[in-house]
Amino acid sequence: MPVTENPDKKLKELGKNTLKQIEKEKNPDIELPIRVLSNIYFDEKSGLVRLGDKISHRTYLNVAHTRKFMQTLMVAAECKKIIDQDVTTSIRDLYYALKRTIPGTKENTVEYQGESDPIIEDLEAALDTLRERLHLQADRKGYVAGPIVVNDAGDRINCAKMGSSGWAIPSNVEPEVITFEKCTADFLIVVEKDAIWQRLNQDKFWKKYNCLILTGKGQPARGCRRLINRMHKELKLPVYVMTDADAWGYYIYSVIKQGSINLSFLSDRLGTPSAKFIGLTTRDVAKFGIPKNVTIKLNKGDIKRANEMLKYIWFKPKEWQDELKHMLEVGYKLELEALSAKGIKYISEKYLPQKIKDKDFLP
Amino acid sequence: MPEENTANEKVKTAKMLAKDQRAISVSEFFEKNRHLLGYDNKIKALLMIVKEGVDNGLDATEDARILPDIYIKIEELEKEKYKIVIKDNGPGIVRRQIPKIFGILLYGSKFHKLKQTRGQQGLGISCGVLYSQLTTGQPIEVISSTGDGKMHRYKLKIDVKKNEPKILEEDVVEGKEWRGVQISFVCEGLYREHKQSVLEYVKQTAISNPYANIIFDSPTGRFEFKRGVETLPRESKEIKPHLYGVEVGILSRMLHDTKARTLSGFLTSEFTRVGKLSAKQIVEKADILNDKGEPDVMISPRKVSEDQIVSIVKAIKETKLTRPPTDCLSPLGGELIEKGLKKELNPEFVAAICRPPAVYRGWPFEIEVGIAYGGSITEPKFMRFANRVPLLYQAGDCAITKSIIGMDWRRYGINSEKLPTDPVVIFVHMCSVWVPFTSESKEAIASYPVIIKEIKLALQECARKLSIYLSGVRRAQYQAERRSIFERYAHETAVALNELTGEPTEKIEAKIKDIAEKNIKTIELSEQVAERLAKEKREKEENAEKQKESEKPEAKEENKKEEAKEGEEAKKE
Repeated sequence: MPVTENPDKKLKELGKNTLKQIEKEKNPDIELPIRVLSNIYFDEKSGLVRLGDKISHRTYLNVAHTRKFMQTLMVAAECKKIIDQDVTTSIRDLYYALKRTIPGTKENTVEYQGESDPIIEDLEAALDTLRERLHLQADRKGYVAGPIVVNDAGDRINCAKMGSSGWAIPSNVEPEVITFEKCTADFLIVVEKDAIWQRLNQDKFWKKYNCLILTGKGQPARGCRRLINRMHKELKLPVYVMTDADAWGYYIYSVIKQGSINLSFLSDRLGTPSAKFIGLTTRDVAKFGIPKNVTIKLNKGDIKRANEMLKYIWFKPKEWQDELKHMLEVGYKLELEALSAKGIKYISEKYLPQKIKDKDFLP
Repeated sequence: MPEENTANEKVKTAKMLAKDQRAISVSEFFEKNRHLLGYDNKIKALLMIVKEGVDNGLDATEDARILPDIYIKIEELEKEKYKIVIKDNGPGIVRRQIPKIFGILLYGSKFHKLKQTRGQQGLGISCGVLYSQLTTGQPIEVISSTGDGKMHRYKLKIDVKKNEPKILEEDVVEGKEWRGVQISFVCEGLYREHKQSVLEYVKQTAISNPYANIIFDSPTGRFEFKRGVETLPRESKEIKPHLYGVEVGILSRMLHDTKARTLSGFLTSEFTRVGKLSAKQIVEKADILNDKGEPDVMISPRKVSEDQIVSIVKAIKETKLTRPPTDCLSPLGGELIEKGLKKELNPEFVAAICRPPAVYRGWPFEIEVGIAYGGSITEPKFMRFANRVPLLYQAGDCAITKSIIGMDWRRYGINSEKLPTDPVVIFVHMCSVWVPFTSESKEAIASYPVIIKEIKLALQECARKLSIYLSGVRRAQYQAERRSIFERYAHETAVALNELTGEPTEKIEAKIKDIAEKNIKTIELSEQVAERLAKEKREKEENAEKQKESEKPEAKEENKKEEAKEGEEAKKE
């Protein structure tokens, strides 16, 4: 997608096409790529989850669609307004800007933010653009520390000098806002949990091993994933991911690596197919002599999720099948914090160095 | 030493006990067991008396082919003491019969006749007399005239020991032009107007007898139920019993009482649908042979032994007999039911259907169902009728209630939790020469499988009609809902399009509404076409089914066998 794309023009076109249909007395119809599992495929060549070519039609004369049809056009109109004013707003602002009572009813145009957020994603997919280009931003989430200097909207930021908190990753990390000025790191470690990130930052792990450390605080937001993607592409940094040893942690890894179903139309920009998984794995228990009493018994949900993941094509590599089956076999999971049972600094002084030295990764 | 039991009491001898043994009269029996006839509480007692009086009045007028005018009055004399007056415009009762009809329990014309009537045993009205004298000591007053200018007035009680009328007063008033019967009771009771009350009985009677005029002067005021149609249902004919319904005891009594001189003559003349050939077959199968070893059809009925009677009953079950004739039944007919429901309930929709006659234990019967929906009806109600008489008590034991519960009403678009919960009145009428009640108080119909089956078929057919109507209503509601959705969101859509394109909002909004309206019209049109096609298809299928049935006489034979079997099972019960 060229930087020169003009979202304002795309919005106007959407309006013009819809109006044309109305003038021809046709049922007004907005075409949307379908963003569900059945219209997703795994592109083995690129290693990314991609959107299929199935299209759904959101039409005015379908009672199940009418309200959403109106909301889609309202979001488009609101985006055009803020682009025209050259301001950026949060998706929560947008929700409030849209919310009003429909005359003669007790119904609001949007009732809660959960209604307007998916409409934004629909619009991104329909117009083949990014919400950042529509001047919308989400809450910030995630931190970076390490030897990199970034330019954030004109300010130079040295991530090696951000103290104990690190640099907060903004919602929009597109090149219009963020550029990389200088980076001397050898690789990038992404950790699922903020607590572990703080441990690594406190221990100055990034200094000792000359790397960047980044956390998305759970499932990383798209800004975070886009930053990982750009750091890998532009700075050629190898990416290693560290999560809890459970189905949810593994899924976080898969989203960072291949992209997600919901945002599959953005996989090229959000996925990092060459990322590798450091740990934790259930096999680490034996390998590092982690005491059994810090493991957690799998519950019904864990087992169901693990069985589902065994069937996902992106978990087909032998190593992953092996790990998932092993987890089901031993019947436990464990959190990153379980490593503290071996000592507070065990993760930064023993576990990670050992793993990196042995290249003990899962694909 | 007299014999003693373990408690050291003297054991009584048969002789000692015999001193206390004697016959009890029916009147004495019911004096003690009035609950068996429905007189178990004061509220219900009023209902029972009104019901018996009105049933008799309606039976009498219909028998005489007179459009009924019934007058009922309940007056509170003092606390829990009432005077009840019931008057009809029937043919009247001849003078000498009056004391017998009202003063003897189990006296009447209906018990020995096989004819569809409201009353069956000749028990009801005289029980009312008995109840009145038991609770207040007062006689009843009967005034009757056959239209000859003479009015006969009686005051009478029942002699409980003898089961005989005790006439207290008797006189004749001449020169008054009037015809009919008027009865007055004074009894204990309690007047209420709830679900199982006199008022409810009268209301339902007005529905099931829409050709009757009923006026009810209650303690709370006058209720008038006007005649809705001017024609009586067809007259019911008397029939002879059918062999499939006969049991050993009945057969034994009939063999003794008959005027026929041969067994063959007995079978062909006392029963319906028995020819000489069938009679011979039965005798042969029962192994009643003469000296030559041939079926002894000429044997005198009185000479048939008890063992042979058992063999005959067994043989009957193995013999193919034609079903009883059904012209003895007098169903109301769909039109009368619909008119009755419409006139009293003012519903939004009404449908009624009549099943073809069927047979249980050799008795012909017919089921009719009416369904009324919406309009002034606000809650579900289930009305049960037997020979046009409303049944208000013991709903749970009744074949009708069981059949209603057994239906999947939701399949027909009617909300239900076991019983329907939508505002629907379900009217079920069973007419038969002999309605199988579960008790003497005639409150619930016994659950013979064939009766349940017929009720269910009728309910299904009627429910289908309602469901077609409801789907039409719901479609209209759905269209209205569509229209409102399209209109609701048109404005904001137009505002957004105005922002995106610069076209005037009003122009866009008008255009969107225009498209929506055209769309709804098109859908309505296509639905009408689809509905017509579906209706045609349904009719075609129904016709084909009817044709199939008429082409299959063997199927009928099968049915008959089944019924014979059912009869057998019922007997075991």
